[in-house]
Amino acid sequence: MSDIDLNLQIWRQKKTDSPGSFQTYALDKISTEMSFLEMLDVLNEKLTKEGLDPVAFDHDCREGICGMCGTVVNGVAHGPEKEVTLCQLHMRNFQNGDTLVIEPFRSRAFPIRKDLLVDRSAFDRIIQSGGYVSVNTGGTPDGNAIPIPAPTAELAMDAAACIGCGACVASCPNGAAMLFTSAKVSQLCLLPQGQTERHQRALNMVETMDKEGFGNCSNERECEAVCPKSISIRNIARLNREYLKAVLSEG
Amino acid sequence: MELNSQIPSGALSEKWDNHKFNSKLVNPANRRKYKIIVVGTGLAGASASATLAEQGYQVQTFCIQDSPRRAHSIAAQGGINAAKCYQTDGDSVQRLFYDTIKGGDFRSREANVYRLAQVSNSIIDQCVAQGVPFAREYGGTMANRSFGGAQVSRTFYARGQTGQQLLLGAYSALSRQIHKGQVTMYNRREMMEVVLVDGRARGIVTRNIITGEIEKYTADMVLLATGGYGNAYFLSTNAMASNVTAAWRAHKKGAGFANPSFVQIHPTCIPVHGDYQSKLTLMSESLRNDGRVWVPKKVGDKRHPNDIPDADRDYYLEKKYPSFGNLVPRDVASRNAKEQCDLGKGVGSTQLAVYLDFADAIKRDGQETIMKKYGNLFQMYEKITDSSPLKEPMMIYPAVHYTMGGLWVDYNLMTTIPGLFALGECNFSDHGANRLGASALMQGLADGYFVISTSVANYLGTNSLRAVSTSDDAFNEAEKEVEGRINKLLKNSAGGPAGKVTVDEIHKEIGKLLWDNCGMARNKEGLESALAKLPAIKEKFWNKVYIPGDTKEINQSLERAGRVADFLEFAEIMVRDALAREESCGCHLREESQTEENEAKRDDENFSHVSVWEHKGDGAEPIMHKEQLVFENVTPSQRSYK
Ligand SMILES: Cc1cc2nc3c(=O)[nH]c(=O)nc-3n(C[C@H](O)[C@H](O)[C@H](O)COP(=O)(O)OP(=O)(O)OC[C@H]3O[C@@H](n4cnc5c(N)ncnc54)[C@H](O)[C@@H]3O)c2cc1C
Repeated sequence: MSDIDLNLQIWRQKKTDSPGSFQTYALDKISTEMSFLEMLDVLNEKLTKEGLDPVAFDHDCREGICGMCGTVVNGVAHGPEKEVTLCQLHMRNFQNGDTLVIEPFRSRAFPIRKDLLVDRSAFDRIIQSGGYVSVNTGGTPDGNAIPIPAPTAELAMDAAACIGCGACVASCPNGAAMLFTSAKVSQLCLLPQGQTERHQRALNMVETMDKEGFGNCSNERECEAVCPKSISIRNIARLNREYLKAVLSEG
Repeated sequence: MELNSQIPSGALSEKWDNHKFNSKLVNPANRRKYKIIVVGTGLAGASASATLAEQGYQVQTFCIQDSPRRAHSIAAQGGINAAKCYQTDGDSVQRLFYDTIKGGDFRSREANVYRLAQVSNSIIDQCVAQGVPFAREYGGTMANRSFGGAQVSRTFYARGQTGQQLLLGAYSALSRQIHKGQVTMYNRREMMEVVLVDGRARGIVTRNIITGEIEKYTADMVLLATGGYGNAYFLSTNAMASNVTAAWRAHKKGAGFANPSFVQIHPTCIPVHGDYQSKLTLMSESLRNDGRVWVPKKVGDKRHPNDIPDADRDYYLEKKYPSFGNLVPRDVASRNAKEQCDLGKGVGSTQLAVYLDFADAIKRDGQETIMKKYGNLFQMYEKITDSSPLKEPMMIYPAVHYTMGGLWVDYNLMTTIPGLFALGECNFSDHGANRLGASALMQGLADGYFVISTSVANYLGTNSLRAVSTSDDAFNEAEKEVEGRINKLLKNSAGGPAGKVTVDEIHKEIGKLLWDNCGMARNKEGLESALAKLPAIKEKFWNKVYIPGDTKEINQSLERAGRVADFLEFAEIMVRDALAREESCGCHLREESQTEENEAKRDDENFSHVSVWEHKGDGAEPIMHKEQLVFENVTPSQRSYK
């Protein structure tokens, strides 16, 4: 355990349509045991006591599952450690005297609301357009009625583990939402329950993705590299197949 | 305040069916005329919104987070119970009912708990049909694990992310209804007030977290599914936005609050490491299957744990509870850890931790076997603490985890305000004085998918409600109240921060007061002193809190301040409730009520009741009412783990 001094350069922006810029803050004696968000808490408490506006950032569960937090740290979404969200990143990943450049997830489809806080509701609209099995409550068959081989369930679970944080979009040079969309399409097309609506789902979700202003995939693999849940780009290949099959069969 | 639990007649196993048959219905064509507000999109709120929308009601749903998918339910790890008996190990609805009511230390209603067990199986079927990727056996059937408080394997799970997968299932059903226009979704809204017209809940007032606008919404009924209040203690395993505000606002408008002092403290969390700590992380209690809990025998033994020989270690759980050892229930494990630390034997930099040691298990079973069982937990622990449980013992400490108390509801889940219902963790209904693992997810989904629609139809079918509008006096008054409170919060801030306190400073202060005096072990003296200290903290908050920024913009300090203001008021009934309950039961030990062996002593003669608090106005003493619990089907027994 030790303390480090940091130089922070943080994106500050008052509102969606106001101009933003980087502001520099010196933050001393940060325990390396702290999480990144606790470091931001300390900064905010300090700013508050100095009569300055604290930095707005999204966060909630602080254990890497709600998908609420996320910023770009020194050019990498969720920072330098692999397979963690920002709330799980600990300050021991940094050295005394480091400069940290902290900015929001940037994408045409994610307008900045304030400082590091962005609007990711485009993700919700992608799901709303087809990321489900259309069953009403009640009258469903027994859970064991349709056997699902363990490896299939595991593969579906790998895809279902997506937390919808948006790091994939922020890291993609094209601002594509392919990893996010493909994770949901994969989960459902792998499972027997998802078969009935499989074609329509792929068509609708891809259409919404385009409409929301997300870019195209050009196989840069940046999304996979920053994904805190290691969602594989194999899902993108699966989505592409699903989409093609759907186009061919539905015209 | 009248407490009519509305428990249906008939034999226990027939009550729910009788009730459904006797409840009024709303004809499908008429349902679209009714508007329902649902606050919260955790398991309870998301499942209720989707189900009611499918049935044809017009639903308006609200949540604090930027997406309904991020509600705190997402963080649940271990699993969800159901009485499927897929393992043919003797499980049944009756057994799940019994385990749950016994686990709750006989402080919940038989009829509610029985219904919960009855609908548990449909929950699993529903989730499977939605595409929830539950763990499967190689043959393709569903896998189960066992959890504390049960001798059968009835817990369904999706890796260590069961809450996430169940919530995403409910969220997908909700999303489908949003797409259809049956649900209007309002993200990033915080409910600040419930609006009553003619004594009935007819709407809410919210603050738009992005714009700061105060907004008014009308409906025919209001459902609260706003989760638990564990963050009253500042540090807990709950998500940061978890709060008591919605429930507290309802309470102040007339909803009874039941058993506010019933709080579960989980024994295996990663200890606090500094005063900057913002939340606590849960480590699954399954670790106690192989880990041995110990502290150094000598106070102040500063040696590295690996250098402390067996002879100088105190395996206090194994010594005190030879038959259950390290696997004693949550409350016993938590209490004993605190006791050791209070004796000065705590370890780690803060001395608020005990060791959980896997060395013997690794020696016995080999590293590979242990890693197969706990690999992901060990990794998570190492990521946070930078220490490997394979090389040195883990350090653990208890943390506030779940709140059994909540808004009082009848069998229909209706609060004492007509038209206001409470679902999920924010009601008090099913877990008595202690919740068993894997049963909160079950209750949230039971309430939302399978219980509430009967209540909704019955309420709308029996009451004729007049039209209301957001320009009615009641709505304007509620709006003014909300604006007044926000202005009051901001009133100290014009002059800058000099000589002021921050929101977090006050939150930490009240949290510590509650933790020290109204935690796992309580006594009259401590509780009385806490009660005496509360007004000064409240006063300091209102007179000195400094909140930067404005109200008509994103202002996270203001959001937190509003929640802390409510925790400060709420703390009073927590402490009063703990004071009034002079018995030990469930999760808490009342120090004056112990057996000769220093174990918790329940007092059925005097305390077999639900304590329900009524608000009598700011500054006035709240009144406690009792709902007597009646046990016709089970006989309350004393627990023993020796
Ligand atoms: C770390 C952890 C692990 C757990 N593991 C398990 C487990 O394995 N099995 C189990 O059964 N249980 C588990 N639990 C308990 C369980 O997760 C919760 O009790 C349950 O998910 C609560 O669901 P809910 O729908 O009642 O509320 P929540 O999921 O807490 O949702 C509350 C909702 O209300 C909204 N809200 C709150 N206040 C307001 C307001 N004022 N205005 C507007 N919206 C508001 C929030 O935005 C959110 O959408 C665990 C809990 C924790 C903390």
